[in-house]
Amino acid sequence: MKSLEELKAIREKMKRQMEVRDNDENTIRVVVGMATCGIAAGARPVMTAFLDEVERRGLKNVSVSQTGCIGVCRLEPVAEVFVPGQEKVTYVKLRPDMVPAIVEQHLVNHNVVTDYTIGAAE
Amino acid sequence: MNHIRSHIMVCTGTGCTSSDSPRLISAFEEELLRAGMEQEVRVVKTGCFGLCAMGPIVMVFPEGACYTQVKLEDVPEIVSEHIVKGRIVTRLLHKEDAGADAVTSLAETNFYKNQMRIALRNCGVINPESIDEYIGVDGYTALERILTEQTPPQEIIDCIKKSGLRGRGGAGFSTGMKWQFTYDAKSDDGVKFVACNADEGDPGAFMDRSVLEGDPFSVIEAMTIAGYAIGAHQGYIYIRAEYPIAVKRLEIAIGQAKDYGLLGKDILGSGFDFDLELRLGAGAFVCGEETALMTSIEGHRGEPRPRPPFPANKGLFAKPTLLNNVETYANITWILNNGWEKFAAIGTEKSKGTKVFALGGKITNTGLVEIPMGTTLRTIVYDIGGGCPNGKKFKAAQTGGPSGGCIPESLIDTPIDYDSLTAIGSMMGSGGLIVMDEDNCMVDIAKFFLEFCVDESCGKCTPCRIGTKRLLDLLTKITDGNGTLEDLDTIEELCYHLKDSSLCALGQSAPNPVLSTLKYFKDEYIAHVVEKRCPAGVCKKLLKYEIVADKCKGCTLCARNCPVGAISGVVKGPHFIDTEKCIKCGLCQSNCRFGAIVKH
Repeated sequence: MKSLEELKAIREKMKRQMEVRDNDENTIRVVVGMATCGIAAGARPVMTAFLDEVERRGLKNVSVSQTGCIGVCRLEPVAEVFVPGQEKVTYVKLRPDMVPAIVEQHLVNHNVVTDYTIGAAE
Repeated sequence: MNHIRSHIMVCTGTGCTSSDSPRLISAFEEELLRAGMEQEVRVVKTGCFGLCAMGPIVMVFPEGACYTQVKLEDVPEIVSEHIVKGRIVTRLLHKEDAGADAVTSLAETNFYKNQMRIALRNCGVINPESIDEYIGVDGYTALERILTEQTPPQEIIDCIKKSGLRGRGGAGFSTGMKWQFTYDAKSDDGVKFVACNADEGDPGAFMDRSVLEGDPFSVIEAMTIAGYAIGAHQGYIYIRAEYPIAVKRLEIAIGQAKDYGLLGKDILGSGFDFDLELRLGAGAFVCGEETALMTSIEGHRGEPRPRPPFPANKGLFAKPTLLNNVETYANITWILNNGWEKFAAIGTEKSKGTKVFALGGKITNTGLVEIPMGTTLRTIVYDIGGGCPNGKKFKAAQTGGPSGGCIPESLIDTPIDYDSLTAIGSMMGSGGLIVMDEDNCMVDIAKFFLEFCVDESCGKCTPCRIGTKRLLDLLTKITDGNGTLEDLDTIEELCYHLKDSSLCALGQSAPNPVLSTLKYFKDEYIAHVVEKRCPAGVCKKLLKYEIVADKCKGCTLCARNCPVGAISGVVKGPHFIDTEKCIKCGLCQSNCRFGAIVKH
């Protein structure tokens, strides 16, 4: 037997979990490079950090996925952020502790974290 | 912490299950385990996407990539390419036709663009075996609101009435009125019942099965609300035993709802009790008729009885009973959550909302579609259905199964709604839509549906028991080449007798396929009777195979393949068919390499 509050909690939790199935055009996509080079450089903790942070903030319309080698193996781990209607932004040499800043400033407030981008590294 | 970043949705409706989708699920799970991704990717079983002809269907989110006809050996590729490397496997993506580009979003296809999913809103979206997922798509909000606010029953009934929802089982009676009658009915001891008709019996129809397989909870929630609205505490779902997946999912769903206290005593602490039980039917067509269905639930032989009294006054166990069809219930919570105005804005003046159709027969996209009322048959057949396969010409569509009629090509722009279909001699029916092309003989089609009715007539009333049999005898006489023009008049007269004097809808509507083909395809009947010829080349007794002597090379291939030894001739000389012996199987024609055998 569930109370109304428990049902409400289930609804909220399931909504977040099923968010992944809405693929409308407004979804912001975060794509982490996870080829051998990326994984060797530590891309998996970076991706997990993105997933954690998105979940913690309860962000809607954000999908985190992985891809193969983006082509700049020396700058791995690499993640690309696609905001609909804007040019993609490539973040390089990522560590899990850099992720909260990207989520907060870029995904939420739409300000690119220029210090971490490929332009700054080059 | 939840790290799920991707959902792999695998259809487990009856269609995709029969093409082995359950094994795909275990293959995906194994492959994900091997890739070490079982913690970030979830495999979800779900209901029908509608593209049954292309099954098994797998949708991968967040990309929404729709893979069709996925085989076991494709699974490692989907995991290693799509899931690991993020590269969509384009070779497996759904394509609208052979030469077309692969589509990444199903919503853009012609198949989906013209559809509007209300009854099927959760099919292919949620896992039908998880009440949590149903709650996650705002399931049970309607029931919660009604019970916590103690909405007056009359208010709920008014909302359904104003929505204009009509029974989706076929007859199209106003659902709100039915609720009102049952609400108003007096029961001596206060007992009333809610029942759901899931005895879907029309050949080629699988709408209700798909709703129950893909979203059983919406029907359960709607029945609970109906119980509250009319004052009933017990409900029955009458479902045929031939639907094992639907039965299993309903059992799981009822069990989960009971665990959550959404069925049973004192639901959500409101003091309202409601329980549900399943009753399995043995598959008699007549049990889809409401009075026969209730007799069967009571434990008796499923036979209809005269109405009135109507079930609303004297139904199950002689108590007032609300009986609605599966698809009708599937619309209820949508209406309550979105408002009757929104529902009434969809469709035509007298037919509101949408209707689910099971597309079958000679159509490219065999499957399940839901369209707004008023959509033309042309849109369904050509835009959604993709037309007849192999470039054949569309001849007619049959709606309403054995109770419905054939719609000829000249009426293809008829809007699909209750009244337009009745006006042209067909009926909405429960939603089977069988497409026929130039290779179908309309006399043979009428015969097929009539044979079904002869088999399924329960035998209680004479007009149906004997009338359908005599009607079939007359049709057989025609397809055997022994018919006369007078027989056509006798057939028509007998049809009207059947319609007027049968006890229940089975007998009353059995002549519909005959009458409608007689009306729109009389030339085919006349060809059978006068010229002793079947224009479509279907009726065997009227067929004759012949070898064109000029073209025959005497290869003996036909003679060697003939199962009854009806072909004779010498090697390198022309062969002959003994028409007395010939059983018209057509094997000789399909084996001849010189096109020397003709059928006429």
